[in-house]
Amino acid sequence: MTDDTANAPRTLPVQSATFTNSVNAEIRRAAATGIYDIRGGGAKRKLPHFDDLLFLGASISRYPLEGYREKCDTSVTLGTRFAKNPIELDIPITIAGMSFGALSGPAKEALGRGATLAGTSTTTGDGGMTEEERGHSRKLVYQYLPSRYGMNPDDLRRADAIEIVVGQGAKPGGGGMLLGQKITERVAGMRNLPVGIDQRSSCRHPDWTGPDDLEIKILELREITSWRVPIYIKVGGARPYFDTTLAVKAGADVVVLDGMQGGTAATQDVFIEHVGQPILACIPEAVRALQDLGLHREVQLVVSGGIRTGADVAKALALGADAVAIGTAALIALGDNDPKWEAEYNALGTTAGAYDDWHEGRDPAGITTQDPELMARFDPIEGGRRLNNYLKVMTLEAQTIARACGKNHVHNLEPEDLCALTMEAAAMAKIPLAGTDWYPGKPGTSY
Amino acid sequence: MQTIDLQETGLRDLNQTLHAQSETTNQTAWEILNPKGAHAIACGLDAPIEVTVKGSTGYYCGGMNKQATINIHGSAGPGVAENMMSGTVIIEGDASQYAGATGNGGLLVIKGNASSRCGIAMKGIDIVVHGNIGHMSAFMAQSGNLVVCGDAGDALGDSLYEARLFVRGSVKSLGADCIQKEMRPEHLALLADLLERAGCDAKPEEFTRYGSARKLYHFNIDNAY
Repeated sequence: MTDDTANAPRTLPVQSATFTNSVNAEIRRAAATGIYDIRGGGAKRKLPHFDDLLFLGASISRYPLEGYREKCDTSVTLGTRFAKNPIELDIPITIAGMSFGALSGPAKEALGRGATLAGTSTTTGDGGMTEEERGHSRKLVYQYLPSRYGMNPDDLRRADAIEIVVGQGAKPGGGGMLLGQKITERVAGMRNLPVGIDQRSSCRHPDWTGPDDLEIKILELREITSWRVPIYIKVGGARPYFDTTLAVKAGADVVVLDGMQGGTAATQDVFIEHVGQPILACIPEAVRALQDLGLHREVQLVVSGGIRTGADVAKALALGADAVAIGTAALIALGDNDPKWEAEYNALGTTAGAYDDWHEGRDPAGITTQDPELMARFDPIEGGRRLNNYLKVMTLEAQTIARACGKNHVHNLEPEDLCALTMEAAAMAKIPLAGTDWYPGKPGTSY
Repeated sequence: MQTIDLQETGLRDLNQTLHAQSETTNQTAWEILNPKGAHAIACGLDAPIEVTVKGSTGYYCGGMNKQATINIHGSAGPGVAENMMSGTVIIEGDASQYAGATGNGGLLVIKGNASSRCGIAMKGIDIVVHGNIGHMSAFMAQSGNLVVCGDAGDALGDSLYEARLFVRGSVKSLGADCIQKEMRPEHLALLADLLERAGCDAKPEEFTRYGSARKLYHFNIDNAY
């Protein structure tokens, strides 16, 4: 017998599915620095999402509309419950709140330009209203945030709607952080803070707690604006049934619901990835709340968190939303994470598509920065043109699907137009699994 | 003197009438009767008028005030003079929670006591309280001056930025990053002016100044507790 162990079959090295390379790298980073990871964006993990739903399209029992010729309306009116002047939009896709400070002035201008060209609204953010954005936005929603940075009654009255921010999908229950690198003289001035300090945005409102107080706060805002503009309430995807119910009880004209894929300028990675629910799971619960109150469509529902395409828009509307909001996708349309800056992303230790350290203010695309040299790279007119194009494409895509389902308005899309590809999506969206008429938890079934 | 009786006139009509007053109005004196704790009385004013409320008010009286002088002959509910930009609000009685919250300017005078979170997130307003204030007052206060002639409750000035706090009596506890600071001549002069404008005969030398240690100004994991 010869010793042939050198040639004996061996067990191959196996990477752990639990301790993956990225997990191990994060453990090493934490061990080296003693500080948790802060980043921008939304959840990056794979989640049940709109991709897990499909439209059924027309058939013998459903009559389609002709391609791009027959009328398929996309208009939406937001704020019809109490406001004298509801917001009328040409398309059901709005621009979500993003702060001046997190974004540059030219980036805010581009959002206003693009939204206006497309016939929709844009939204301010923490840090107040800039002239760039007000001046270029036909319809501007003014966020009323816990920090009240830059909040003043003049801007409140210049707004076309007010959005009371209770929470956001990336961090329900969390506040915000804008690091000192981005607190320039202008940003600091608007927020009434010293230049260069790391600035904290509080997680709860300073002068109301709970829905009973919120009702009175809304009364005050309506009195100051003469009941003219709609009041939105934005919540993160935490407890959508109850939050929607309470927002409506407090007097909201519009509920804005943001799932965990929704972005943020900066917060802890552990918060982004482990708190909140995917938007797919949130929409049916919010719609159920509105239906239980008899106010579905009377109080409008705007949803956000991972909306990328016209198909996503159509699916959100089919589940019962009145409109969607986009944030991350709008930044990408403007040029954020564009591969043309790959060498600079590499120099920052990342790659195009993965760059999320927006809080550091070194964005090569010049969008999420206050650095004058980087900002100068970004052309707000071109950015606005690109955003308008993108919004147009999304709208055309949503119309294409709606026509294929026989709908002459995108709002006529309904859950019956959908099927689900996975058990998880079926259960969350309450949409039958493809090839069946069943979903987990369907009333009358025992599963 | 223009008189509006809230028993006969609704809140909307009251505020609409007050909002309609211009910079040059000659109807500068207004009296509001029977407030009976109604909310949002005289909020959002923007004219150099003087409004006297004969009784106690609910939430957010004088909210976001600009230019106007509002006298409350009673006590005020939560959020009185919240986010005030300029002008003066004077409360003869006590004030509930969040008095002067996020105020950017103007002078808020509370002749009685103020409840918790007085001056929370204040951004430039001056607040003078003749009596005591409750816990968590001046939380995340950014700028402006809070003068307390009585005592302060727990966690005064927690996570303070650049606001100045002056307390004549005791402080139950200081919040994170709030420390006692030296009272320099410029602070005594500032205090003397505020006390005089607030109709308070306390002496500046009797007060202690508190402010930010500025140790939370830059993010550090050691601050997360």
